[in-house]
Amino acid sequence: MARRRDIGAAAVQSKGWYKSHQWLLLRRLCQLSILSLFLLGPIAGIWLIKGNLASSMILGTVPLSDPYLLLQVFLTGHIPEVTGLLGAAIVLVFYLLVSGRVYCSWVCPVNVVTDTASWLQHRLGIKARTHYSRQTRYWLLGMTLILAFATGSLVWELVNPVSIVFRGLVFGLGLGWGVIVALFLFDLLVSHRGWCGHLCPVGAFYGLIGRVSLLRVVAAKREQCNDCMDCFDVCPEPQVIRPARKGARGQRSPVIKNAMCTNCGRCIDVCSKDVFRFGLRK
Amino acid sequence: MAINKSITRRNFLSNVLGSACGAALLGAGLSVYSRQTASMPALKIRPPGALDEEAFLGACVRCGQCVRDCPYDILHLAGLGEPVPLGSPYFVAREQPCRMCVDIPCVKACPTGALDHSLENIDDARMGLAVVVDEENCLACRGMRCEVCFYICPLLGEAITIDLLPKTGSGKLPRFIPVVHSDTCTGCGMCEGACVLQKSAIKVFPRYLALGQEAEKYRYDDKGEKVMDEGEADDTPFSSNPLETINRGRGSL
Ligand code: SF4
Ligand code: SF4
Ligand code: SF4
Ligand code: SF4
Repeated sequence: MARRRDIGAAAVQSKGWYKSHQWLLLRRLCQLSILSLFLLGPIAGIWLIKGNLASSMILGTVPLSDPYLLLQVFLTGHIPEVTGLLGAAIVLVFYLLVSGRVYCSWVCPVNVVTDTASWLQHRLGIKARTHYSRQTRYWLLGMTLILAFATGSLVWELVNPVSIVFRGLVFGLGLGWGVIVALFLFDLLVSHRGWCGHLCPVGAFYGLIGRVSLLRVVAAKREQCNDCMDCFDVCPEPQVIRPARKGARGQRSPVIKNAMCTNCGRCIDVCSKDVFRFGLRK
Repeated sequence: MAINKSITRRNFLSNVLGSACGAALLGAGLSVYSRQTASMPALKIRPPGALDEEAFLGACVRCGQCVRDCPYDILHLAGLGEPVPLGSPYFVAREQPCRMCVDIPCVKACPTGALDHSLENIDDARMGLAVVVDEENCLACRGMRCEVCFYICPLLGEAITIDLLPKTGSGKLPRFIPVVHSDTCTGCGMCEGACVLQKSAIKVFPRYLALGQEAEKYRYDDKGEKVMDEGEADDTPFSSNPLETINRGRGSL
């Protein structure tokens, strides 16, 4: 059977274009708004938020910090100031509620790059089949933490493409363009969903936070599923869908419990049978 | 079935080994790379209150809040390919020196304490140390009444004083040597920024580069004279007996 190129065509037909791209549009809007808020200061002099994703301050009162970075700071043997700690706590609680990898699909700018690569791959029928385990990211995560501990320095931040891209967009990209292009080409030509789905230790860290998070995607009407596999093709972490979608026989919960689900909602969009919806972990 | 299982197990193992080795290799490479990039170029200066460079690189999360809160916009975050550890804040005194704000907004903005919040008086900042690097071109040293660095210094009369060397003959000028005092200079770089020469004759260097250090075996006697510490006397390279000196392999004849 020839591989279908037109993922979600059935959904567009039955629900219309807008309805079948609803969450995608919302996500892009969210990512763009966050970036714009950070850029409003340097461009227009309106300082709603200062800093970048590593650490920032909203209206001079609410601090936010990246718990993954602060963990590394701890490991280097330095105790951050209270503002930094408080910021990390706020961010941590937020992601415990909405799921850690919401960071990946609703906030991180790299997601736009890798999603585009994956979309183009499907459109052009490019096979990028360098295979390595999706667990690699946990090894990389461990490596970054050990490095901080062993060297006393935030070594990972010297090369972390996620920080390079976002900090670059807010403070001046310079050669950072190269990193964006490299990520794009890597995902397009070398490895399908290679960076975000296999390697990125930032995503791995936020995934770990997501293990107990409240907000989840639920395959609520899974008995309507016609096995078109559109959700599977569009999902950046397809391994998370099967237990929820196919679990009816084994009486497994329809909730997608795997923490690596990014809550991107694309499966909700592309399903012509409305199998999925956002819900709570039960 | 059994075969299948052992194959998947082998796959699994090689997968795990592969990613573990990959991660370890990358880690090793990164730690070498981080050492190579760890040192700051001499003319790039950290904001006030910055911890020692090594500790700073473990504490600063490169958020740029110090950059944003500096009212004079002197600070930059190092971009990709710059010779400063990626994303970390610095300034270049010759372009934009630190104005030594009394409320030190950059330090207050820092969420990690990479800029140490115990710095409450900006006069206690030690960003670096000014050094008159070129007495041959310094106008004051050549006897012309410049002394711009002296007058612009925020610690006027304390961090820089002028030593007057009387003229040494007819046709010669008296010389006015700016002397920087390491116990008061904050390293703000106002002097370097203001020097009227094409290239500044006074420059701020990291303190570890700018300062010498006495050998520990010296001490001062009660008259303030420097004397050799008796306990260490045997360790000196030179003996009163020249032969002995040669035998110790240290003296050169
Ligand atoms: S399961 Fe759905 S929401 Fe989760 S990552 Fe896949 S497409 Fe996105
Ligand atoms: S003391 Fe003032 S001028 Fe100097 S770096 Fe800090 S904010 Fe900028
Ligand atoms: S505010 Fe502190 S943590 Fe942020 S970039 Fe400046 S020194 Fe680093
Ligand atoms: S750097 Fe120059 S201007 Fe600043 S305190 Fe030192 S001597 Fe004075």
